[in-house]
Amino acid sequence: MTATAPARRNPSAAQRAEGWRAPGQDAGWLNPLKERFLLRLLVKKELRVRYRGSVLGMVWSYVKPAVQFLVFYIAMGVFLELNKGTPAYAVYLFSGIVVVNLFGEVFGNATRSITGNGALVAKIYIPSQLFPWASMMVALVHFLPQLLVLLVGALLNGWLPSPTAAVAFLLGMLILLVFTMGLGMLAAALNAAFRDVENFVDLIVMVATWLSPVLYRIDMVQKSLEGTILWWLYQLNPLTIVVQLFHVAFWRYSKPVVDELATDHPYAYTLAQPGEPYGLWWAGLLIAVAVFVIGTIVFERSKRRFAQEL
Amino acid sequence: MTPNIADVPTSAAVPTDREMVRVEHVSKRFSLRHDRSLKELVFSALQRKKLADTFMALDDVDLTVHAGETVGLIGFNGSGKSTLLKTISGVLFPDLGRVMLRGRVAGLIEVGAGFHPDLSGRENVFLNGAILGMSREQLEERFDDIVAFSEIEEFIDTEVKYYSSGMFLRLAFSVAVHTDPDIFLVDEILSVGDEPFQKKCLERIRELQAAGRTMVVVSHELEMLQKLCTRIVVLRKGKIIFDGDPTEAVAVLRAS
Repeated sequence: MTATAPARRNPSAAQRAEGWRAPGQDAGWLNPLKERFLLRLLVKKELRVRYRGSVLGMVWSYVKPAVQFLVFYIAMGVFLELNKGTPAYAVYLFSGIVVVNLFGEVFGNATRSITGNGALVAKIYIPSQLFPWASMMVALVHFLPQLLVLLVGALLNGWLPSPTAAVAFLLGMLILLVFTMGLGMLAAALNAAFRDVENFVDLIVMVATWLSPVLYRIDMVQKSLEGTILWWLYQLNPLTIVVQLFHVAFWRYSKPVVDELATDHPYAYTLAQPGEPYGLWWAGLLIAVAVFVIGTIVFERSKRRFAQEL
Repeated sequence: MTPNIADVPTSAAVPTDREMVRVEHVSKRFSLRHDRSLKELVFSALQRKKLADTFMALDDVDLTVHAGETVGLIGFNGSGKSTLLKTISGVLFPDLGRVMLRGRVAGLIEVGAGFHPDLSGRENVFLNGAILGMSREQLEERFDDIVAFSEIEEFIDTEVKYYSSGMFLRLAFSVAVHTDPDIFLVDEILSVGDEPFQKKCLERIRELQAAGRTMVVVSHELEMLQKLCTRIVVLRKGKIIFDGDPTEAVAVLRAS
């Protein structure tokens, strides 16, 4: 069966002048900006529902990363002795963990945002773009306490805020959010048709921690992959780029790292990151925008089918 | 609960010539897809099994609704009434043909669909009102009216999961009728709550009619629709088989 072209479905200019419009015609990817009030209520609902009947409530968003951090610190830092070659390893580790956590939560929540709100999507017309956006904002609310802990940790380790740090942090956040929302919208649209997608997304999130320099240092990867295409792929991974930017923001210019670099320690030079200070930020931003555009297009095309697929 | 037919007010609708909804040659095909996972999809492709049975939920439907009309949609289960209503509201998109609207629409497709049991009545009023298209100012202005209409003032800050089903429906209906759109799409919600409340709802519907609102109502309560509507459309297997006088329409459906 051939579908009427969307162009023919919308009212003509003359009809629009008479006040006609097509149902479900909305501002597309601009909806989250136009419907800020509804978006805020959806975020509030999400947070409320998440912590229903929980005594600790928001405290859980401190507990989870804290445990994760401790486990990694003991296993990687102490047992595998990574903290010996890396000054302020705890800060190094945690600035990577917050990136991967934010990525995982935005990606995972956005993927489930359409299927999770199935009751609404199938019965009442709402601009469906609002759902992945609301889940991103929920993830940001959980990210905030982690960022605070990171800041305190960095300050205790002889880090001081600087313009370079601010730029690196903002660039990192921008790339991360644009990239992850692109992936999230793509996955949300596909997940409405095939629930397998959410399991696949969980898999990607799990692997993400290990395929970006969160636990180890990037020069270790360089040593074993240099000269191969894999090394380029590793570097072009937007998560690698964002994690590196976070390292620049919170770790690279802290006192222990700067002091270590100044010594004539044989491997001290490896603490300097390739392409300092911002590395491949432009490539990261380019990839992120491309993924965002693809995600938006796929989402816009499939949103008309959400109601019947759920 | 079926409303007491004596309580149903006679229609106060004043039809005009201004077109508000145009449904042009709309067809909608549904596939009864059982395959939800990739695995099943791959297997059925390998076995060349037919993936899905399809049926026409709407088959070349044409319908024009004018301002001030109250149009009833009747038909047996599966005749496409709700699908048509959802297509007008924008939840579903037609495969063929198109729908055009004028003015603001509120679809009361299912009362309380936007309600969340873990939120308080107050929070739900705001969330649902916003979902139905009300702005923050409108909501703040009408909040007291909404609560007063629902008659559950003392429970407004209680979580909705502790409400009785009647209280829940009253609040949901109250939000819905206070959205004040130009076009109301109503699906089987007039059988809400106890008798006094039903009377109140029907009274409210009458007020909206008198105020010149356009309504499309789906219901199985034929007598009620007969009194309330200015025109009734009978659907069978996705096709319109009658469109006109309410009394005749009910006779057509009963005869088929």
